[in-house]
Amino acid sequence: MNNEELKSSISAILPTAIYDETGEFLNVNIASEELYPLINELRSKNEFDFDYLFCLTCIDWKYHLIMVYHLLSKTHQHTIVLKAKISNRENSEIETVCNIWRTAEMLEREVFDLFGVKFINHPDLRRLFLTDDWNGYPLRKDYVDENMISL
Amino acid sequence: MEGPMTFPGQVHETADGGILVTKLDDVINWARSNSLWPLVFGTSCCAIEMMSAAGAKHDWSRFGFEVARATPRQADLIIVAGTIVMKMAPVLKRLYDQMPEPKYVIAMGACTISGGPFFYNTYSVVKGVDHVIPVDVYIPGCPPRPEALLHSMITLQEKIKHEQYFKKKIEDVR
Repeated sequence: MNNEELKSSISAILPTAIYDETGEFLNVNIASEELYPLINELRSKNEFDFDYLFCLTCIDWKYHLIMVYHLLSKTHQHTIVLKAKISNRENSEIETVCNIWRTAEMLEREVFDLFGVKFINHPDLRRLFLTDDWNGYPLRKDYVDENMISL
Repeated sequence: MEGPMTFPGQVHETADGGILVTKLDDVINWARSNSLWPLVFGTSCCAIEMMSAAGAKHDWSRFGFEVARATPRQADLIIVAGTIVMKMAPVLKRLYDQMPEPKYVIAMGACTISGGPFFYNTYSVVKGVDHVIPVDVYIPGCPPRPEALLHSMITLQEKIKHEQYFKKKIEDVR
């Protein structure tokens, strides 16, 4: 499918999706609560068949967080970027996608480690790179590092 | 500067052998400084230069460093070659604690001296390895050339040659 077809097919499932085509891929902006029903369809429906999650990350926009999912279909060779806005920054949580793509298990642990997003129904949500007793989430904009050298 | 093979002392020949006149400190330091066993330890790109210094072209065996050990219990020199992250710091401390006395530390490169040019002031990096273990010789550079590493090792040998075995304080040992 090309971008126009993708847009109309996604809008049929989720009318509230907002599109942005300024980047390399088609961006689909949604709210975090709408993520799981949509992403399940994107994986299971044959017309989409997004069988490859090649990037999962998070962005801190100071007042809210955005989860970013890069999805690719190896059969149809189309790509989209799904951006799910988490409005509640202090108590941020979103449904896990690791029962859809197994690779998300580690990627979500990394996001949890560095951004503190809680993934609901994740089988093993612990810190990945940092020590278990680490305080705070270093890639958040308001993270304060007491070991920082000020010049 | 005396050559590494210059024995510190005089041998007076006698009919059935000889008499050696020397200082115990000098003999101990001579022996120690010419046979330093480095620990096989490298955490990033400085380790590549360290391996190069050990290889055929630069060949640190010429100065008595060839017996690299994979266990800290048999090593007496640790060349901290590379960035030490917060997670690595307790491991490094344990390795250092496991080494028998006398033990020496060379901090190789900008990362081990101050946290480094790339990861400087990052939450995950130790801002200088001397926060964790005491350092004898620092080599700046990113990474230092093998010649610089060899120079630092020779500098360490010079430092060892001026140690006083019986006057070493307990605080220095710890």
